[in-house]
Amino acid sequence: MERDLEIYIHIPFCARKCGYCDFLSFPASEEAKERYVRALVRDILDEGTPAYAVRTVFMGGGTPSLLREGQTAEILEAVHRAFQVDRDAEVTIEANPGTLTKEKLRAYRQMGINRLSMGLQSVSDRELKLLGRIHTYQDFLDNYWEARRAGFDNINVDLMSALPGQTAADWREGLRRTAALEPEHISAYSLIVEEHTPFYERYGRDRERLERGEEPVFLPGEEEERRMYADTLEILSQAGYRRYEISNYARPGRECRHNKGYWKRTPYLGFGLGAASLLEGRRFRRVQEMGAFLERPGAREEETALSRQEEMEETLFLGLRLTKGVSEEEFFRLFGEPLDKAYEKPLEDMLRAGLLERREGWVRLTRRGIDVSNYVMAQFLL
Amino acid sequence: MAEFEQGNIRNFCIIAHIDHGKSTLADRIIEKTGTLTSREMSDQVLDNMDLERERGITIKAQTVRNIYKAKDGKEYVFNLIDTPGHVDFNYEVSRSLAACEGAVLVVDAAQGIEAQTLANVYLALDHDLEILPVINKIDLPSAEPQRVIEEIEDVIGIEAQDAPQISAKNGTNIEAVLEAIVEKIPAPEGDPEAPLKALIFDSVYDSYKGVIIFCRVKDGRVRKGTKIQMMATGASEEVVEVGYFGAGQFIPCEELSAGMVGYITASLKNVKETRVGDTITDKDRPCKEPLPGYKKVQSMVFCGMYPADGAKYPDLRDALEKLQLNDASLRFEPETSAALGFGFRCGFLGLLHLEVIQERLEREYNLDLVTTAPSVVYKVYKTNGEVIDLTNPTNLPDPSEIDHMEEPIVNAEIMVTKEFIGSIMDLCQERRGTYISMEYIEENRALLKYELPLNEIIYDFFDALKSRSRGYASFDYDIKGYQPSQLVKLDILINKEEVDALSFIVFEGTAYERARKMCEKLYEFFPRQLFEIPIQAAVGSKIIARETVKALRKDVLAKCYGGDITRKKKLLEKQKEGKKRMRQVGNVEIPQKAFMAVLKLDDD
Repeated sequence: MERDLEIYIHIPFCARKCGYCDFLSFPASEEAKERYVRALVRDILDEGTPAYAVRTVFMGGGTPSLLREGQTAEILEAVHRAFQVDRDAEVTIEANPGTLTKEKLRAYRQMGINRLSMGLQSVSDRELKLLGRIHTYQDFLDNYWEARRAGFDNINVDLMSALPGQTAADWREGLRRTAALEPEHISAYSLIVEEHTPFYERYGRDRERLERGEEPVFLPGEEEERRMYADTLEILSQAGYRRYEISNYARPGRECRHNKGYWKRTPYLGFGLGAASLLEGRRFRRVQEMGAFLERPGAREEETALSRQEEMEETLFLGLRLTKGVSEEEFFRLFGEPLDKAYEKPLEDMLRAGLLERREGWVRLTRRGIDVSNYVMAQFLL
Repeated sequence: MAEFEQGNIRNFCIIAHIDHGKSTLADRIIEKTGTLTSREMSDQVLDNMDLERERGITIKAQTVRNIYKAKDGKEYVFNLIDTPGHVDFNYEVSRSLAACEGAVLVVDAAQGIEAQTLANVYLALDHDLEILPVINKIDLPSAEPQRVIEEIEDVIGIEAQDAPQISAKNGTNIEAVLEAIVEKIPAPEGDPEAPLKALIFDSVYDSYKGVIIFCRVKDGRVRKGTKIQMMATGASEEVVEVGYFGAGQFIPCEELSAGMVGYITASLKNVKETRVGDTITDKDRPCKEPLPGYKKVQSMVFCGMYPADGAKYPDLRDALEKLQLNDASLRFEPETSAALGFGFRCGFLGLLHLEVIQERLEREYNLDLVTTAPSVVYKVYKTNGEVIDLTNPTNLPDPSEIDHMEEPIVNAEIMVTKEFIGSIMDLCQERRGTYISMEYIEENRALLKYELPLNEIIYDFFDALKSRSRGYASFDYDIKGYQPSQLVKLDILINKEEVDALSFIVFEGTAYERARKMCEKLYEFFPRQLFEIPIQAAVGSKIIARETVKALRKDVLAKCYGGDITRKKKLLEKQKEGKKRMRQVGNVEIPQKAFMAVLKLDDD
């Protein structure tokens, strides 16, 4: 029987770089995009193998919806030629409001894309402007309904909390209005002020204050931010969503299969600039420099074979992101050693500190544990 | 060796302020006299240890014998004794000087005379050495050789008009220095037929030969089979080998006689028996009196050294023992700390010596150390008449048992340009200095003399001096003695628990300020933990300062972009690394660097 595989395809282009974004993404000319698509297609075809069954395909970015329909179709066509893709595979494309048209959406449906992930980020035009987004809330609404009309019945909406000047009330308002649109999935995550971004110039000092436990000037304070997090669960639960990962909420059965694969360490192959892969116990990525990528799109870098210990560590710190947690039975099946033996002390410490709970063969983060999840996960690095 | 008459020997050292080019000149002399070919030369031959090269200072005295064919057609033996370049090693410097007849004084043509230059010159004059000034770095665009020559004449009062003007870096005019050594520095005197009298100016431990004594024979002769005796320590052994110093190697010879510099091995197992400054004589035919000036060096600065990993305690002990084989001034004894477990209280000549040992333990012995704040030695006079030399603040007796305390004081000389005199005087004032005098050594520069408590200068005085004078001030000191002082012990409480290894002694008048700064510094070092942590400073039972590290409220990666988990892993690994550098005390984790926080109180 073929083994499971997920495919990620990176489209590193955007109309304009947002102020908070530190992903590998930038504006580019039509010619540059075309050259990139050529290289990408070549890479996919070269890498193709019938040894796996592809369960999910995810086109992420950047803004994949910036590509012309024909280009998107070529890429997916290559995936189908090179791999065995399940008939009912989850095929997602990320789209930014303002880049979708009726024609494009119809074309997506025809080429087998069955899930749309829309980067709304905020329902407030003031906040959208602050983030450096190119669209308004109305642009989003127009695109959203267009997508529904085109037949998309599996849509995710991204929302961002802890924005400068944002209050908990603002956030709740945004959640309610989004939930009222009844998307199948909502990603609600808080802003991280990353280094090497314009936001870092503006809010880096605030980030330091927050790290020290001091009051920030522009960003919401820690208590406010944690309140937003708690409110998210409350509001979305009432609206029929379930939290299945630290920042992800879905209607029953509508969890993002592709993303869950990452936390469960399903093998995946990433195509495109800088895209990461996990395959045959090895992690590697495609080169991150465009010139080098175009020349040899299949070239790998940062390739490491994972040791048993590293696989154990990953199983925990990735698995703990899921609400369900880590299965002790599964852990034993994978490593031939009980979880509470391999991690006797950290497990005991974290259970005693009330940061983890252990129920019916599963170990998971408590609410307080989620708040300090990095701290908890770091304990499980041997 | 026999072919060289006393009259053809020149024993000399090179003295200079740090960075004025002492080691570079030494290299050039070695190169020009053919001891090494230039291909064999790695830069700065005499600075052996990596540390010395990195810091550009000489820590151990090095000695090289060179043969120089002079313009008069004769061959001369040059014994170049390179001296340690730091105030911590002043005593070693003085013993090295005592082995010489002359000193080459290197002065930077751009910077002129500095505090260390003067200190070294005075030391050389004390030993009646002929001083041969050399103006170095004439290749620098900012060089002003004539000004520096005048400065030397004005300040030191020695003739300098025909001082060689050289660039040791480029090899310019080195011959002039060599000729001047022949002409100006006197040949050694001393009676080869008198009873043996030789000065130990250094000793090293070698695993094959045992202790190798570096000595200067003043009178008499010594050869294989001579029964030698150290006059101060009393140790006695039969000589196995004598010889002289090639660059980086020992070359055996028949005999060392009056006027010569060389080495002796005598199957001695420990450098403790061959102390620098001691006199070697012939046991069967001893000299009447030892050479003057021997003293046992005292440890001036103490600190606790603990292995970061408690299981490495035996390794630390072994490493200290090995280092001590070569360094008689290193002291250590076991101690325990409630916070840090088993370790050693170690005594050093000064802070540089401490740092050198610490770095060697870490680099050469691969030990991860937690070092507590350095302390000077206080004299505690108890009401019962007992006097304690206090090397560990934790051991301070109860105040009710203390009559009074004394602290060590130094004579400090600071050379500074006019514009910074005010700020340097302020600094000395802040550090409880007593003003002694100020004299202008030239129109724009003055020599300030202060008495300062040693505990005010061991930490960061040098840095403060540099930063307040934009790098221009230079500084030198020697120990004056002890003086009564109002001192208190400052205790640090973390999460309401006293952490013994963080206690330190302060002057009562500055206790509040130090306490406040200490708490602030510790606060900066402390990562947030799951609960709130008060950091308090106390004198006795009275809390005089406090900071609070807030509980960790949030530490979560909200968005974790699926496939790219390497970034997340790196973040977690950083946390894990941080955790390794923590000491668990009670239920609090204390970062290792917190134990040195007291050193950083004046950083801002």
